[in-house]
Amino acid sequence: MTGELAIIAAILVPLIGAFLIAASHRHPNQREAATLVTATALFILVLSLLSPVLAGERPEMTLWEIIPGISIALQAEPLGMVFALIASFLWIVTSVYSIGYMRGHHEKNQTRFYVCFAIALSSAIGVAFAGNMLTLFIFYEVLTLSTYPLVTHHGTDEARRGGRTYLGLLLFTSIAFQLLAMVWTWSVAGTLDFTPGGILEGKASGGVIAVLLALYIFGIGKAALMPFHRWLPAAMVAPTPVSALLHAVAVVKAGVFTVLKVTVYIFGIDVLADLGSSRWLMYVAAATILFASLIAIRQDNLKRRLAYSTISQLSYIVLGAMLVNPLGIIGGGMHIAMHAFGKITLFFCAGAILVAAHKTEISQMKGIGRAMPFTMTAFLIGSLSIIGVPPMGGMWGKWYLALGALEADHIVLLIVLMLSSLLSIGYLMPVVIQAFFRSGDQPSGNPGIHEAPLPCLIAQSVSAMGCIALFIYPDPLFRLMSMVVSP
Amino acid sequence: MIAAHYPALQIVVPLIAAPLCVLLRRGMLAWLITVAVSWLAFFIAIQLLQQVMASGPISYELGGWAAPWGIEYRIDSVNAFVLLIVTGISAVVAPYARATVDQEIPEERHYLFYSAYLLCLTGLLGIVITGDAFNVFVFLEISSLSSYVLISLGKDRKALTAAYQYLVMGTIGATFFLIGVGLVYAMTGTLNMADIAARLDAVENTRTVLAAFAFITVGLGLKLALFPLHLWLPNAYAYAPSAVTVFLAATATKVAIYTMLRFVFTLFGADFALDVTLLAEFLMALAIVGVFAASITAIFQNNIKRMLAYSSVAQVGYMVLGVSFFSVTGLTGGIVHLFNHAMMKGALFMALGAVFYRLGTVHLDRMRGLGRQMPLTMFAFVIGGFSLIGLPLTVGFISKWYLILAALERGWWPIAALVLLSSLLAVAYVWRVIEVAYFRDPPANHPKVTEAPLSLLVPMWVLVLANIYFGVDTSLTIGVAESAAKSLLGMGG
Repeated sequence: MTGELAIIAAILVPLIGAFLIAASHRHPNQREAATLVTATALFILVLSLLSPVLAGERPEMTLWEIIPGISIALQAEPLGMVFALIASFLWIVTSVYSIGYMRGHHEKNQTRFYVCFAIALSSAIGVAFAGNMLTLFIFYEVLTLSTYPLVTHHGTDEARRGGRTYLGLLLFTSIAFQLLAMVWTWSVAGTLDFTPGGILEGKASGGVIAVLLALYIFGIGKAALMPFHRWLPAAMVAPTPVSALLHAVAVVKAGVFTVLKVTVYIFGIDVLADLGSSRWLMYVAAATILFASLIAIRQDNLKRRLAYSTISQLSYIVLGAMLVNPLGIIGGGMHIAMHAFGKITLFFCAGAILVAAHKTEISQMKGIGRAMPFTMTAFLIGSLSIIGVPPMGGMWGKWYLALGALEADHIVLLIVLMLSSLLSIGYLMPVVIQAFFRSGDQPSGNPGIHEAPLPCLIAQSVSAMGCIALFIYPDPLFRLMSMVVSP
Repeated sequence: MIAAHYPALQIVVPLIAAPLCVLLRRGMLAWLITVAVSWLAFFIAIQLLQQVMASGPISYELGGWAAPWGIEYRIDSVNAFVLLIVTGISAVVAPYARATVDQEIPEERHYLFYSAYLLCLTGLLGIVITGDAFNVFVFLEISSLSSYVLISLGKDRKALTAAYQYLVMGTIGATFFLIGVGLVYAMTGTLNMADIAARLDAVENTRTVLAAFAFITVGLGLKLALFPLHLWLPNAYAYAPSAVTVFLAATATKVAIYTMLRFVFTLFGADFALDVTLLAEFLMALAIVGVFAASITAIFQNNIKRMLAYSSVAQVGYMVLGVSFFSVTGLTGGIVHLFNHAMMKGALFMALGAVFYRLGTVHLDRMRGLGRQMPLTMFAFVIGGFSLIGLPLTVGFISKWYLILAALERGWWPIAALVLLSSLLAVAYVWRVIEVAYFRDPPANHPKVTEAPLSLLVPMWVLVLANIYFGVDTSLTIGVAESAAKSLLGMGG
């Protein structure tokens, strides 16, 4: 199959999958089979693009003009490959997990759940392979809308309120800032194509570029930069597979991916480095890293704690982008992958605890490691990866980010990165300690092993092993990201 | 050969059909005639638009009387586009009307309803097609009088007051317009638009011409519901029969805006409006204030038809805003929004009509749980709502894009920001309905509601799909709107 076809197919396959899922709503087994087949097919399609892209090809296609002068255009380039590979691979893992979780937890409206999930993945892949800003924006908004029914899945008042915050903030930032920035870019540059080196050089004054950059960075609300981060904790009312794949991987990574993409291909890192317009945003990201970690430490609800941890970790990537040097971009891109594997493992575990032990608060989890040893071991591995210690993949992202900060001579940022690692020990390790080294509430001896359903266990061990594998073998990622900064 | 007479047929066919309905006195037959006439008119409008786009403006001398003395129908890309909007909407409203009219209007008045509807269609088409200033007034009155009748046929007795209110305001507007036309006639001695345009230059600095300009713009401002002259609109839309609301919301204000475009740009000329008057500044200020005031009012409405009516006032603001830039991009945005807004409000009011058909009310409180009971209708409402907000892949996005671009082209970024902020107000009022329909349980003490019949669903979904289609493929809409904008600004095309 040629690269062009594979791109189109990668966007269409999840949509076709959504139809198949909807069509088999009376047969749960058939429906779940449809999800798994679709997810696998998607991953294979994305994977088939990897070697041509690594070989330097850039499969692209222009579909049709949506507004005179601007077309729907798709292109597979290294940065998009990183995001698409991770999202599509983890969709398979999450699908396995969902089967155990949704059935084990007796959720309602499962068909709607899987349909929206497939649409969300299709739009995430669209974001990854968008060839220009308008195409990206369209998929970005579809992603927001298709995940709204997932966030509000339970239909309770709490879900409705959470959904309101979710949708309100994401639409507000994207319409008020991002759309404005995009039209503005179009009116000064006359193009919205993602071009190595950027499209704004010589077209706009330094002041306009500075304003545009701020509009983009805050307008990409999915990157959850403070003060527009509140939607992410609000989204935690969703069923756990949604929090795991969408609010630790697909949606939030679509955000930070867009930040990287805009930085590299709309502005160009050299242009920004000369102008210095990104410097204050770098400190906003640094502040978000620290504040979100501090808030995370105080959360007792496990999913909320993980959500604040995500906010903090996303700002690593924004920080990497705003360093506007090659090492920062490489670090940001690597961290997209590393954090995805680590955080999805943690969410899987949080969901497993909910299904097996019906617990949501950390204070209730004393001694739970004895009942759920597999789950809590996976949690430990995920935590270590987020903290960033070897032999976990999480180390590499931080490594390159630190190098980037050093190269840019920002020692303060280096300190921020180290502090944040300490803080992440502070909010993750207590959960592990609580689980393994405190005795449970019931004094009646050893209650025996009571683990989550098998599909959940499979999923969390795959993602936990992924954390380790990425430590040993980060090479493809590194090569892809190097191509982004030196085409 | 018949193709040469399309301009006349566009008007004559519905005009003759109206009394025919009265003569036949049978509701069913009248409805069939209305559908046939609407589809024929749509066909003619498509042909006219093709002719105009292929070979330039058409001039048709009615009855063979040559232009300055006889009445000339003159069709260029601007009014060919508006003809397409009006007839296109009528072509989907006519089949939709049957079920709702059966339910909302006593059987013995059905034929009267359809003949009034056809007259209203005739009037609106006439305003658009004619090249004669006085003829505009005649058709304006035809459409207005018939729409007073149509609104007063609403089931609720408040429809009578609403129609009366509209009658008073509409008459004031029409009178102002007529005074303006009279003053123009006094100064130029002609009523033919092309003639007026040629002769106004010589006298444009006189007080009489200025007064004429003021009377005409204020009179039309009333008809197009420009804030703060919009007070007749919310009640009229809220209490009219469902089919009438759809039809008027999607066409009447657009036709009034077209008339304003025609008089300001073709007759008086953009230079006159910009250099001699403060029209651009006035329109822009009123448009922005109107968008915000009406959108905020919409958020607090519990009658959803009223809510959408206020939203229409806001959307008129966007169209007027586009016009007020006096640039190709701005006018393109304003003109394309005539079309796009017809699609979105048509779809939304059709969805509400279906709700009214099943529930007998469109009160927000009674719409609890409708998302499950009327899934297709409510999903149509959701997509229409997306379009209203201006989310990508819908027509609303295209309009918004052009409006923002026009503001940025002039360097007026605060205007661009205001447009974007105002679309967030649309999120607020659309989402109120979505939350009630999808997150609340249906009221327990009311009988179970089922999905609307196909005769309502099909036209509704035709418009919903049009919202998506023309949001994705803009070659027709933007192409025509841009050529219309250029011809209004005298840049050819």
